[in-house]
Amino acid sequence: MSNSLLSLSGLTKAYPGVVANDDVSFDIREGEIHALLGENGAGKSTLVKMIYGLVKPDSGTMTLRGAPYAPPEPSAARKSGVAMVFQHFSLFDALDVAENVALGMETPPPRRDLARQIREVSETYGLPLDPSRTVGTLSAGERQRVEIIRCLLQNPQLLIMDEPTSVLTPQEVEILFETLRKLKSEGTAILYISHKLEEIRALCDHATILRLGKKVATCTPSETTARAMAEMMIGSSFASPASKHLTPGDVLLRVDNLTMPAPGAFGTPLRGISFELRAGEVLGFGGVAGNGQDELLLALSGERTSPRGTIWVKGADVSRDGPVDRRAAGFLTAPEERLGHAAAPNMSLTENAVLTAGRRQKLVKNGFINWTRADRFAADVIKRFDVRTPGTHVAARALSGGNLQKFVIGREVAQDPDILVVNQPTWGVDAAAAAAIRQALLDLASKGAAILVVSQDLDELLEIADRFGALNEGRLSALRPVADLSIEEIGLMMGGAHDMEVAHVDG
Amino acid sequence: MDLSNINPILLVASIMISATPILLAAIGEMVVEKSGVLNLGVEGMMITGAVIGFIVAINTGAPLLGFVTAAMAGAVLSLSFGVLTQVFLSNQVATGLGLTLVGLGLSSLLGKPYEGMKTVTLPKLDIPILSDLPVVGRMFFSHDIMVYISLGIVIAVWAFLKFTRAGLILRAVGESHESAHALGYKVIRVRLAAIMFGGACAGLGGAYLSLVRVPQWTEGMTAGAGWIALAIVVFASWRAGRVLVGAYLFGGITVLQLNLQAAGLTWGVQYLSMSPYLITILVLVFISSNRKRSSHDAPANLGQTFHATR
Repeated sequence: MSNSLLSLSGLTKAYPGVVANDDVSFDIREGEIHALLGENGAGKSTLVKMIYGLVKPDSGTMTLRGAPYAPPEPSAARKSGVAMVFQHFSLFDALDVAENVALGMETPPPRRDLARQIREVSETYGLPLDPSRTVGTLSAGERQRVEIIRCLLQNPQLLIMDEPTSVLTPQEVEILFETLRKLKSEGTAILYISHKLEEIRALCDHATILRLGKKVATCTPSETTARAMAEMMIGSSFASPASKHLTPGDVLLRVDNLTMPAPGAFGTPLRGISFELRAGEVLGFGGVAGNGQDELLLALSGERTSPRGTIWVKGADVSRDGPVDRRAAGFLTAPEERLGHAAAPNMSLTENAVLTAGRRQKLVKNGFINWTRADRFAADVIKRFDVRTPGTHVAARALSGGNLQKFVIGREVAQDPDILVVNQPTWGVDAAAAAAIRQALLDLASKGAAILVVSQDLDELLEIADRFGALNEGRLSALRPVADLSIEEIGLMMGGAHDMEVAHVDG
Repeated sequence: MDLSNINPILLVASIMISATPILLAAIGEMVVEKSGVLNLGVEGMMITGAVIGFIVAINTGAPLLGFVTAAMAGAVLSLSFGVLTQVFLSNQVATGLGLTLVGLGLSSLLGKPYEGMKTVTLPKLDIPILSDLPVVGRMFFSHDIMVYISLGIVIAVWAFLKFTRAGLILRAVGESHESAHALGYKVIRVRLAAIMFGGACAGLGGAYLSLVRVPQWTEGMTAGAGWIALAIVVFASWRAGRVLVGAYLFGGITVLQLNLQAAGLTWGVQYLSMSPYLITILVLVFISSNRKRSSHDAPANLGQTFHATR
């Protein structure tokens, strides 16, 4: 158990302007689950890409089972027994499961044998999968199974998993953990990357913590607390959001039996969604990605108008109004996918501010933009939400993901909306900034605004929402007060385990 | 009008001749687009192939050598497009349009001394038994070898994309270059190879025009055939079999309407002339609209520039 499988020593990789990894050394032992922890931008991804042969280190060495290991490309890594499950899936939508698996293997067997092997492995590890399904039609959890099975078919010694649970329901997470524990008992080492600290405490034997490219600590997760690990990750302590609860006021937003067809080939239709949102209330919608979140946002923002009589703001039917009219009525939305949807990448922060705040902040007069006011508004957002940027003239794409997220959320919050709908407000944001964004949303609610948070981060919803609902295949579950909900109930509301089964431990 | 002037045997035979240049260009472009690259320079590569093939054939007296050099000329020209778009990350649409302009200009420069000259053409094959069959023999089995080579290329492309690992990798690269790169496939190399194959096919198609179909060199003789090939790829929803249907349909209606004009149909000559374009597009749209949506979608990364960031 204590033999070292892969040891890294002094790995360094610099990109122009940033040192992604600075002298990182640690060992992964045979048959252990080793966590790699760090904020976004701490250098976790670069590190695993070096292990997988996608990136060459500037200096430093790796040894695999005592022999020098320097894979020039991923196929060499796969031959040495290193396999990787990617964070943003490395799958091909238009190809079927068997073809996707074959693409990740060095010497795939003929198709019929491969299909049989896929069925066998998926049986053994409780990950049911039909080899002939087109990947574009699979749910996020099923897509991940494709990736995992692709790795397992090559009998890896070391399995790298990059944030595997961010797209899974709690039940699916539990089953994934069973699979991983089974692999571990068979002697496979797992390098597990995540920032979900409770999961790491439940699963991992050792943890290595990176901050700004450097290894800052190692610990045994089961013997420490999630908060202590979080503080090691960000290097300081931070305040958790606190809400001042009000009794909910009038109904500001009412959605009445909203049904819409799917917008594209792989989209989700909305099926009879109804809810009411009151002043001073935070409503949270959870659910696994691809169950109608983006489509609901499109309908609420007015990008896709819905049938008459389905969306009511303060008693007025806005179903057929476009985004501009809805904004004028105090109904603001901040979509997911910051670059290209929430922000125009090549435009400056001031220009991006004008795009959504032009009317409400009176930045536009007689068709002309008042740049002085616009600049002041953008600067105000930057200051209030601690956006780290040299100034308002900077192009949106130059900001790091977390900073841009703070800006696009802050831009809406600063307009004092009556109703605010946000999708994935803290996606890719570090823990301290996430806490600040959540606090801003709570403050807005305590001033009497109605807030709908759509998120895949359950911890976030449980922290700030008053009531919770889950989206599953375009349907909304019954809304329940968060105070008396357990994680298991939430998982069932999200559609349960999507027919997964626990790994057959006898194999 | 006297329809009896139209000989059905000759009609079918000339349809095959008329469709071959477009079929060659379209099947090549389909492979290019399957790898995720949009090369709008088909017209330019075709006409370059036409002029190079003609020059070589007239100087050596060997039309087959003309076809080989035409394919090479098309591939070399397309490689310039490949290097610009894949290595120097230039815009594919603008570069492709530029390639067409370069090809048109280059071909009229090179072809000037050869205008109006006649060249030896490919002999008609005399296949034992098959060519001697009544009716069918004259229709299908008495053509020059390039007709059969073009059909062979279509079958080879279909089998390559469907059954081979290399074909799977090519489709994967066109579907998601990010994912393919993450798995360690050489996106740019795959695309350059596909681009050169497309260029070679377009060159062959052009040479077929100047060496067999016409057969002489006239400036601008492709007359939009490259654009038709591009349109057929799209309306055939990137499937080899439908590209074949589209090219033969277009060739067929072109020949048929010429025959109708020759037979003395005087009404609406303009409508007859536009009919190949209209009918081809309508039929292919109709075929594609009946299937499940996902089955005829374009390669997801078509026309997108790939740059490996990390």
